[in-house]
Amino acid sequence: MSDVLLSVRKAGKHFMQGNRLHWACRDVSFDLYPGEVLAVVGESGSGKSTLLRLLAARHACDEGSVHYNVRSESGTESAAARTDTHGAGLADLAGLSEARLRWLARTDWGFVEQHARDGLRMNVSGGANIGERMMALGSRHYANLRTQALDWMERVELDTGRIDDLPATYSGGMQQRLQIARNLVTHPRLVFMDEPTTGLDVSVQARLLDLLRELVDQLNLAAVIVTHDLAVARLLAHRMLVMKDGRVVEHGLTDRVLDDPQHAYTQLLVSSVLTP
Amino acid sequence: MDENYNFGFLDERTKKSIRRAMLKAVAIPGYQVPFGSREMPFAYGWGTGGVQVTASIIGRTDVLKVIDQGADDTTNAVNIRRFFARTTGVETTEKTADASIIQTRHRIPERPLTEAQIIVYQVPMPEPLFRLEPRRRETITMHALAEYGLMNVKLYEDIAQLGAISKTYDYPVLVNERYLTSPSPIPKFDNPKMHMNPALQLFGAGREKRIYAIPPYTCVRSLDFEDHPFEVQQWEHACALCDATQSFLDEMIVDDEGSRLFVCSDSDFCGERRTAGHTGEQQAVRLRDALSPDTGRSGATQ
Repeated sequence: MSDVLLSVRKAGKHFMQGNRLHWACRDVSFDLYPGEVLAVVGESGSGKSTLLRLLAARHACDEGSVHYNVRSESGTESAAARTDTHGAGLADLAGLSEARLRWLARTDWGFVEQHARDGLRMNVSGGANIGERMMALGSRHYANLRTQALDWMERVELDTGRIDDLPATYSGGMQQRLQIARNLVTHPRLVFMDEPTTGLDVSVQARLLDLLRELVDQLNLAAVIVTHDLAVARLLAHRMLVMKDGRVVEHGLTDRVLDDPQHAYTQLLVSSVLTP
Repeated sequence: MDENYNFGFLDERTKKSIRRAMLKAVAIPGYQVPFGSREMPFAYGWGTGGVQVTASIIGRTDVLKVIDQGADDTTNAVNIRRFFARTTGVETTEKTADASIIQTRHRIPERPLTEAQIIVYQVPMPEPLFRLEPRRRETITMHALAEYGLMNVKLYEDIAQLGAISKTYDYPVLVNERYLTSPSPIPKFDNPKMHMNPALQLFGAGREKRIYAIPPYTCVRSLDFEDHPFEVQQWEHACALCDATQSFLDEMIVDDEGSRLFVCSDSDFCGERRTAGHTGEQQAVRLRDALSPDTGRSGATQ
């Protein structure tokens, strides 16, 4: 139990629609271990993205809690975050200060947005995008930043000659890979991905998935991947959650859920996949 | 003095509220304090912030100097000086040494300031992160948590695209090792003068409704990279009028054949040197053609 990375207990989030309370997701509980990849699947509107935002502390839970195993070492923290260093062990995200959460979000976590434009800084070059997190952590040596940026561009199979080009001049797949590099440069332990391959064509998707699988393996990343593409889940995830109407209807090992779906909705989901 | 106006144009309660904002600004060096900026009898962009600050601190025994880009005799400077002469009746001067309050647009005088002086800057945009982060809510959080990596992203981008940090004015500084601050659009040549300056430095942004301050003897550091340190501009030429080599020079184009006249931007400094007997070349210099392939750089700048 002690090495759980992320622990979610009965987490829920509601929005007001007119005067009516509407639960976007409710009663979600699971544990995530280091190096484990969890896929969250479900139709659109089932609360997948809201759940991801709860986990990444972009929304506060309205009920239940999300605990994260905060790293105890505090060598690279900013001064603001250092004042409220909690010891190692599971910490309730709701109890962490904003400074601490922002520190977590740019060091220990990554967040890969569905639309690369939301996750990138479009008005600075690719190199600066990769360097941003390191500069936020106090790196002030241009040549080092540059070397790191080049290194990461290579690792995500971007042409290093385009380091000084604006992300807008990159293709969709390249933007997505740049976004991944930008997130991984601080060696996070946990990456949240919101439909990372949606909107890319199939061959680019395949290469990106390949890359993701390799990186997850190399860096021992834990990841929560929101997707509605069951193939993505099959390829990347160890376990999966199936959501419908804000509830988790099924939860288990990926192969088990996909090959032997128990819940009616999962059965529908699995049977509606087209296989050429 | 025109008796129809209250002393310093603004009413006493307004001046008091602005002074209160200034006290807070001095207490937190570099922090932008919101204040109730008033309509002034001239347009935004003509120094409404600086004028309100000056109007709030000026007393009957003060001696006022107003400069615009270093010069006492330019439109903005002349008008503001006349405005205060009319609404307060205080003595005005063009001598840096004689002034107790110096209102400035985009320069710091060459002569070192003293503890007895206050320098008031006119600021068009007080938020140094404005071009990088358009959301004000977000910039406030970044200031609160001292998250200033983004400013270095901008500097990184300059070096990557242009080989050097291209910002030559309004060069961002870190005040008291805490708040990232815009020094107002002074040339970066003047940035080192802000560091440990004995004078009180007040900044007023009228349109943006912000006041901030750098108290006397406060550390002011210009941002840079370890391997690309901060540098100020240098010129190959001396002032054509007073032969000064250590001052900020204006470059004036005098004909269509590449002749340039370099003169001190600080008119008082230049005048004093000439009175003391220094004389320059008195003529324009012909620069190499910056566009021809065999010259990498033009004669002036950086």
